Amino acid sequence: MGDVGLEVTERAPTLSGTDDTADHQLVVRSVSHTFPDGTAVLRDVSLTVDRGEFVALIGPSGCGKSTLLKIAAGLEKQTSGEVICHRDNIGFVFQDATLLPFRTVQGNVELFAELHKVPKAKRKEMARAALEMVGLQRFEDKYPKALSGGMKMRASLARSLVLHPHLFLFDEPFASVDEITRARLNDEVIKLFTSEQFAAVFVTHSISEACFLSSRVVVMSQRPARILADIEIPFPYPRHQDLHYETAFVDKARQVAQLLGEA
Amino acid sequence: MALATWHSSDPLQESGDLQEEALAQPAPPRRARSAHRFAKATLGPLAILAVIVGIWELVSYVVLDPQRRFLLPPLQTIFHQAFFIHSNLSVLLSALGVTTEVAMAGLGLSIIIGMLIAIAMSEFKSMERGLYPYLVVLQTIPILALVPLVGFWLGFGFTARIVVCVLISLFPIIASTLFGLQSATRAYHELFDLHHASRFTKLVKLKLPMALPSTFNGFRISAGLSVIGEIVGGYFFQQGKPDIGVLLDQFTAQLNGTMLFGAIFIASLLGVAVFWTFGGISSLVVGNWKE
Ligand SMILES: Nc1ncnc2c1ncn2[C@@H]1O[C@H](COP(=O)(O)OP(=O)(O)OP(=O)(O)O)[C@@H](O)[C@H]1O
Ligand SMILES: [Mg+2]
Repeated sequence: MGDVGLEVTERAPTLSGTDDTADHQLVVRSVSHTFPDGTAVLRDVSLTVDRGEFVALIGPSGCGKSTLLKIAAGLEKQTSGEVICHRDNIGFVFQDATLLPFRTVQGNVELFAELHKVPKAKRKEMARAALEMVGLQRFEDKYPKALSGGMKMRASLARSLVLHPHLFLFDEPFASVDEITRARLNDEVIKLFTSEQFAAVFVTHSISEACFLSSRVVVMSQRPARILADIEIPFPYPRHQDLHYETAFVDKARQVAQLLGEA
Repeated sequence: MALATWHSSDPLQESGDLQEEALAQPAPPRRARSAHRFAKATLGPLAILAVIVGIWELVSYVVLDPQRRFLLPPLQTIFHQAFFIHSNLSVLLSALGVTTEVAMAGLGLSIIIGMLIAIAMSEFKSMERGLYPYLVVLQTIPILALVPLVGFWLGFGFTARIVVCVLISLFPIIASTLFGLQSATRAYHELFDLHHASRFTKLVKLKLPMALPSTFNGFRISAGLSVIGEIVGGYFFQQGKPDIGVLLDQFTAQLNGTMLFGAIFIASLLGVAVFWTFGGISSLVVGNWKE
């Protein structure tokens, strides 16, 4: 399975025919997927994410959200349909921090630059900048085992940030941290999104997290998943935790919850 | 408080930062407490040692009559004869040197062969499928039963001794390295796939380092086995420079109980030293990061 990513077609991320001015970072067109064992997970899914857009993906457990992200990143090959995106520099944040235990925080954050053959001095500098962005600059020499769950997640974010990708895929990154840490990591993501202006797809099971982070919430159905709704979340960035208590926000969250209930 | 700079407006968040930092930097160990723990840990074994020495001396002086005392000589006689008489000591030390040399040569060879086999098995499914049944066989058959055959084929010298060491110490290295190489989960592999890393890059930057703790465990087990293999080989083959195995045989034939026990003590010390050394190397290499 190691080389799946290399076989997938890569193209300039613009759609011919539709408006060429939009900066599409990810275009998923009529993608369906069935695993070799016969499990059908995606049915005719289409999704376009532009630069500066933050899409939250929410849906029943096991419906195929992770599979969709993997197909987008080229880690899994769809059975039919088309994916268009730049595959050489995608930020992918997994549910587990997946830090290499034998590397220091600094070494972990340098990893992708190293894989792209960035010279040592330069990647050191890049890693330091990324660590500073997530507030881990004093922990660069620590090994992952010495970090708390929240700090591991920050290190994982820094690792993905180091090459400044234009497309970020998050697969339930904060599902296993406590509520307070999660809120702070959400602030962190908002801050990074505001300053880096990447395109993001963020899978989550939390309705409030989805509405808080995203500019669009995409609701998926039971397996095999279709897209049920695509809801605009119009609040300006940067957002603050207080947003949770505003009526407009609560209304949006209720709308998503109802759609999810019908899924 | 580097972390707090961004969140300084919110006291709750700031305390969260403090908590995280406290987690990251555990309190320094208390010297007094660790001394106490050390005493607790050593007291039990020391008591058992005293009991064993007591029984030993009792059997030697009281149970055995003087003509049969060579079966279990008093401890101070053993120590005096074996370790404080220069000619005796140098016989033991020279045998110790031979045994160490052969056992470590065998272990080195075992490490090279074992790791190559484990890497091949982890990289190529067909290799794993093909070799696995033989590994099970290697683990199940009593390898010491092969010792005569090894001598029969290769003669009774240095080469044969090394081959015995390799045979007996190979399996733990293959098994532990293979287990370690396969310990990187799918997500780790995907991390490298995302950036189109080659298989070789993944092997060097992911699988091998991930395997280290487990591999070193295997080294430690195999080092002990290699010493056993060397002594058995020497005992059986009886040729070349005398090692501990040869001495064991000689002293038994001469009914020389004191020197027999001297050789046994030396062999035991070697086993313990090898085990500790490899444990030490392991904590030097992976102690920093191992969970
Ligand atoms: N390699 C595979 N082979 C066969 N079935 C698979 C494979 N990977 C995942 N599946 C199945 O496909 C379905 C969708 O999996 P996926 O991980 O994409 O769901 P998800 O929406 O991310 O779920 P969750 O919310 O639990 O993370 C699940 O039922 C899962 O068991
Ligand atoms: Mg998932």
